[in-house]
Order: sequence, then C-alpha cells, then structure tokens
Amino acid sequence: MGIFSKFLSKIKVTELLNKPDLDELTNELIAADIGADLAHAIIEQTRKLKSSTPEESLHTVLLSHLSKKERSISITSGVTAVMVVGVNGTGKTTSVAKLANYFQSKGTVVLAAADTFRAAAVEQLQTWGQRIGVDVVSGKENSDPASVAFDAISQAQQLSAAFLFIDTAGRLHNKSDLMNELEKIKRVIEKVTPVSEVLLVIDATTGQNGLQQAKIFAEAVQVTGIVLTKLDGSARGGIALAIEDSLDIPIKFVGTGELIEDLAPFNPDEYIKGLIS
Amino acid sequence: MFDALSARFAKTFGNLRSKGKISSSDIDAVLDEITSALLEADVAREVVDLFTDRIHTQALALLPTLQAGTNQAQAIFDVVNSELTKILGSESRRIRFAKNPPTVIMLAGLQGAGKTTLAAKLAKFYKDQGNTPILVAADLQRPNAVTQLQVLGEQIGVPVFAPEPGNGSGNAVQVAREGVAFAKTKLHNMVIVDTAGRLGVDDELMDEAIAIRNQIQPDEILFVIDAMIGQSAIATARAFEQGVGFDGLVLTKLDGDARGGAALSITEVLKRPIMFVSTGEKISDFDHFYPERMASRILGLGDVATLAEQAKKALNPETSAKLEEKFARGDDFTLEDFLEQLEAMANMGSMGKLLSMLPGAASMKKQIENFDESEIVRTKAIVQSMTPQERRDVKVLNGTRRARIARGSGRAVSEVNALVDRFSAAQKAMKQMRNGSLPAGMPAGMPAMPTAKSTAVHKKKSKSGNPAKRAAEERG
Repeated sequence: MGIFSKFLSKIKVTELLNKPDLDELTNELIAADIGADLAHAIIEQTRKLKSSTPEESLHTVLLSHLSKKERSISITSGVTAVMVVGVNGTGKTTSVAKLANYFQSKGTVVLAAADTFRAAAVEQLQTWGQRIGVDVVSGKENSDPASVAFDAISQAQQLSAAFLFIDTAGRLHNKSDLMNELEKIKRVIEKVTPVSEVLLVIDATTGQNGLQQAKIFAEAVQVTGIVLTKLDGSARGGIALAIEDSLDIPIKFVGTGELIEDLAPFNPDEYIKGLIS
Repeated sequence: MFDALSARFAKTFGNLRSKGKISSSDIDAVLDEITSALLEADVAREVVDLFTDRIHTQALALLPTLQAGTNQAQAIFDVVNSELTKILGSESRRIRFAKNPPTVIMLAGLQGAGKTTLAAKLAKFYKDQGNTPILVAADLQRPNAVTQLQVLGEQIGVPVFAPEPGNGSGNAVQVAREGVAFAKTKLHNMVIVDTAGRLGVDDELMDEAIAIRNQIQPDEILFVIDAMIGQSAIATARAFEQGVGFDGLVLTKLDGDARGGAALSITEVLKRPIMFVSTGEKISDFDHFYPERMASRILGLGDVATLAEQAKKALNPETSAKLEEKFARGDDFTLEDFLEQLEAMANMGSMGKLLSMLPGAASMKKQIENFDESEIVRTKAIVQSMTPQERRDVKVLNGTRRARIARGSGRAVSEVNALVDRFSAAQKAMKQMRNGSLPAGMPAGMPAMPTAKSTAVHKKKSKSGNPAKRAAEERG
C-alpha cells in the first residue's frame, strides 16, 4: 500500500506513463481486489484521460465506476424495515447493532433476531440490544426465521417504531434452499409492510467471489445497498467497486472498527483514496 | 469452491484437446487463460507468475516429445495438475500429538473466518477417533462467542471450559492457561483453544494471542482462513506469521463457490500446509485436506476419493452386512431396508455436495445447485408414515392405506403411488438378479458374456439353406 503512494508520487513528476508503470499500476489495482479485467479497463481509461496528474486521472476514472444511485437509507412512513443479509462471517449481526445505534437518534429502533440457525446468534444480538437500549425480538433457536421477522414487525408497529432492522442467518449464496428461505422471509414481511432496504454485508477482505455473492443475493432479494465491513484491516475492499461497477448496487455504509460507533455513511472520495493510497 | 476455476480449465483444455498438434503458441494461449483464471480465483499476483513460469518451462521441455505423441493435451494437463498439487502442498500433514498429553491446539484468524464453528468441528472430528477433547472459550471479545461455543459443545458432547462469560470482559490469557491446566487434571488428551478474531494489523489483539501462545505453549497453532478471501490473503497470513505464528492452515467455507485461490497463495509463499478443510454448516462437514484431491477438483476431475470415504463413514457396517446377508438368504429387499439406506445417505451430507464431487461436476453446476435436498426428506416421510407390515410388504397397500399414508406424510397420493411403483420395480429387478443363478459373492447385474468358444460351437450347428453359405460355414 505504501509502495503504491510512493509510486504515484513518483509518476506525478514524469507525467507520461510508460508501459512498466501502467503494468505496475494494474497489478496494484488487482492487489486491491478490483479484479483483473476491470483493473485493465480502468488503467486504459486513465491512460487516455488528460488531467493535471496521473493520480488525478486515476481518481476520476475510479469515481466514474461507482454507482450513481442514492446512498442514504430510504425512509418510509410507518416502520422503515431493513433486512440485513450476507454470507457467513461478514459481520451481519455486528452491522445490525451498529445500524441500530446509528439510527437511534432518528427514531425508535427495533431489532429482529432472525438468525435462528447459528448457535448463540440470537444472544449476540440481544447483548448488543441491551448495551444500546434497543428492543430485540427473537424466537427459539431453529425456529422459522420468517415468523420471527413477522413478530418483529407487529412489535415495531405496536411501539410505532421508526426503524426495524432484521438480522438474518449467514448463508452461502450457492445454496438454493437457504436462498429460498431468505426470499420467504422477505415475502412474509412484505405481507405486512414494504421492505425499504435490503442491505448486503460484504467483508472488505472478500476476493472476486464477492461479485457472485452480490449477483445472487440481488437476484433473490433485490439488494438495495451494501454495507462494507472490516475496512479497517489490511484489505482495501476493491471488490465493492467491482460490485458497484457491474451490478450498480451502491455501498451505503462502511464498518471501520470494532466499536459500536464504527459505522459511517459511505464517502466515495475517501473510499477511492483508501483504494489507491 | 474451486468450481469456477475447474470450469475454466475444462474449457481451456477442451480447446487444447480439439487441436491435433500443440505448438508453443498454443502453450502461451493456455498460460494466458490460466493466468486470468488464477487471478479471478484470487491467487496472489506473485504466485500466479511463479506458477505459470514453471508450467511454461516444463511444457516447452515437453514439446518435442508431445508432437510425436497422440495425447498432447493430456500431457500438458498432467503438468498443470502436478504443479497445482505441488503448490497446494505435495503432502498433507496430520496433527502432531504431544508426547505428554494433552495435545494443545490453538486457533487464530481474522474475524468471521469461522474459528468458533471450527473449534467444535475439530473437537468432534477427534472425539470420533477416540480422543477426549475439551474446548476452551478464550474469545472474550465478540458478544456471546462463549455462549456459541457452549451450545456447540453441548451438541457434540464435548465439555467446554468457560469460566468467563466474555462480551468484552475477562482475561483471555488466564482462561487459556487455566483451561489447559484443567484439561491436565481431568485427563483430557486434547485441548482446543478458541481465541478472539483479530485483524492482521491490530497490535493489541495480536499481543493477546502471543501472550496466550506463550502461556500455553500449543503443539499446533492453526490459522483459520475463509476460502473467499481475496488478494489480502498473503499480507494477512504474513501478519499472523510474524505475530503469533502458525503451523498449519484451515480453509473454511469451502462449500461456497469461491475459488479459494488464497489457499494456493499462502501455501506457496509461507510454506505452511493446509491441514483441514471445512465444507458445510453441519458439524461433521470437516475433513483433512488432500492436495491431490483438491488439484483434481480444480481441474474438473472430480473428487471421487472423498466421496467414497464419506460413503464408508456414513454407511453403518452392521447395516450393510445385514443387507448382504438378507440378499444371500433370498429375502426380499423391503422398504425398511430402503429407509435405512436413505438415512445413510442423509448422513453423508447434502446431496448437492455429494454430486459436486463427481467428475465433470463443473459442467453441471446449475443442476447440482438446483437439486432439491428435501426430496429425500419427503421420501423418508412417506416411508415413515407406513406401518411395519406395509414397509415389509408393499402388496398390502390398497387405496385406503395409500390415502392414509399420504395424509400422514403430508404428501399427495400420487407421490405415494410413484414411490411404491418405483420401489416395486427395484424390488423386482433385485429378485431377477438373484434368480439369474449368480454364485454368491459375484458382482450382481453382469449379463452373461458370450465366450468365443460357445460362439464357434453355435456357428457349426447352423445350417444354411444356401449351399454357398453352408460351404463357407463348413470351411469354418
């Protein structure tokens, strides 16, 4: 990473990028998990763009590959229901807690512990709920997650809550039975209230498989946004750019640390800077 | 995991196979294909270059002999296969048991890699082999990681040492130390220590891991890594290597469709063996890592070895022996036997997973993904709704009984009928096989092969009405 910024400052002086420089830049983008094909395309566009510095050109090109869609959570009258989905271990439960904490200042928040599969996932969310003072609706372990979600809506409506965040069990996108279950949860919620957002949690360390994850989750439950987690590690999260580019799903939030406050609305400029510095 | 990679290789080698002769430019084309396939599979750039360089050298050296031979594509294929196996670790290592028990195993890895689940899987794996593991809950960071381990421990019948509730309080180093001491007094021969997930750059948590290591002096430190990780795999693995250090790797979430190139990268750069793989959500979805099997899987050759082993593990030897005996005695194959077989199949794990191990699985990926796992469950439900008498003799199944079974299993009568029909056909086939006067122990189902001798005798007996033909026949 340090090498890259050093490298960029070097080429600022030379202005004209030669073949080895371009190859090195391409490799750096690949190393950020942007993907080989996209990295080649971006470098090609950067080469053609006339800006004051190559760094500026690259920044502009990278920005142009991001989605133009709205990045804030769409608020509905009544309960704004937000489903949080993703593969195992990306940080869904933690993200749900962080989201609850973030939106608490804007209205009453209720959480649904619809991950009834992983051992102690319900307790994990309950612990968070207690810490931040938010109601957590849960069912028994191995109970039907759709029924937990359903109960949670009723409770959210009774409390006239503004937000309901639904934590779901992690599932690998290639398991069609589990994806069907997810569709069912969404269908059940929609019988009562529209689902405002479906947020897909993507781990910043994810490689090219992230694209496949986003594609299949989007097909199943119409993902409206991405929460990019673990961006505080050594990974730069280039896969999110690849997802925005190919599927036009905007990143809405980024997880930047282990504390409950470590969640921020996505900032494109900062993200791109992190990607290339 | 390596599904897509094997699909790509299958395509590349398909193109190569369709060619008569291979030139050096064909090899270059194949290498380009391999490069992009490996990058797409998240193999680190530096490792991709090393790999393709080696293939290039070896393939070029082979070229003169290749052009003379007929199976050129196969030869290149073998080079790629053997190099892949070499990177993945030409020999897989087993856990080193301590001379003086307990054997202490410490788990380390990033958040969400799957350490806690893995701790339970590891414990179950060794418990089934006659060991007496104990789990130590030293992840005091993530809310309810301790509870999760306790629940899992209860499921598999392995004790969990958890004096601290966790959730951010308590001293993990102390828990680990006391856990090992407790294991000694209770004569457990294996201790598995779950630790908090940490980011490679988090000094505080890395220091905690180092402190735990220094206290408990583990026999093995296993680095748990998600098969879906991208290019940061090497940097992360290096950070752990330079921090707490590790002896072997465990690759998790291999049941996904991530290509797991990170596995190649880490084994190549850090020279640490992949020791175990985790392949599903069931506690039993766990196994030793076999490089040659994985290489075969990457190349679309299927993983028949794993499949056979799982079948052996799942099929109760007593049941199979009973079935064979029954068959020899001339008893009918009943729905009760069928039910036992269905249960054995369910024990082997998901059908989709089993199918994906078969050769050529990459090309029928879609069908495998769409396999309806609940088909087995439904069939089981129908059989279980029958009385013992009905299971032994399907002939008693009249309309009322079938309607009752349909109600009992929540399926349509047509489904009950279909099952009974299919079963009766299978039963009949087995009966015919047995009556085919096959000596016991001979593989069933082989049609009698006409021997050369009998054909000759037959010919001599034939007498054609055509004199010319008859003359020809007699000349033999």
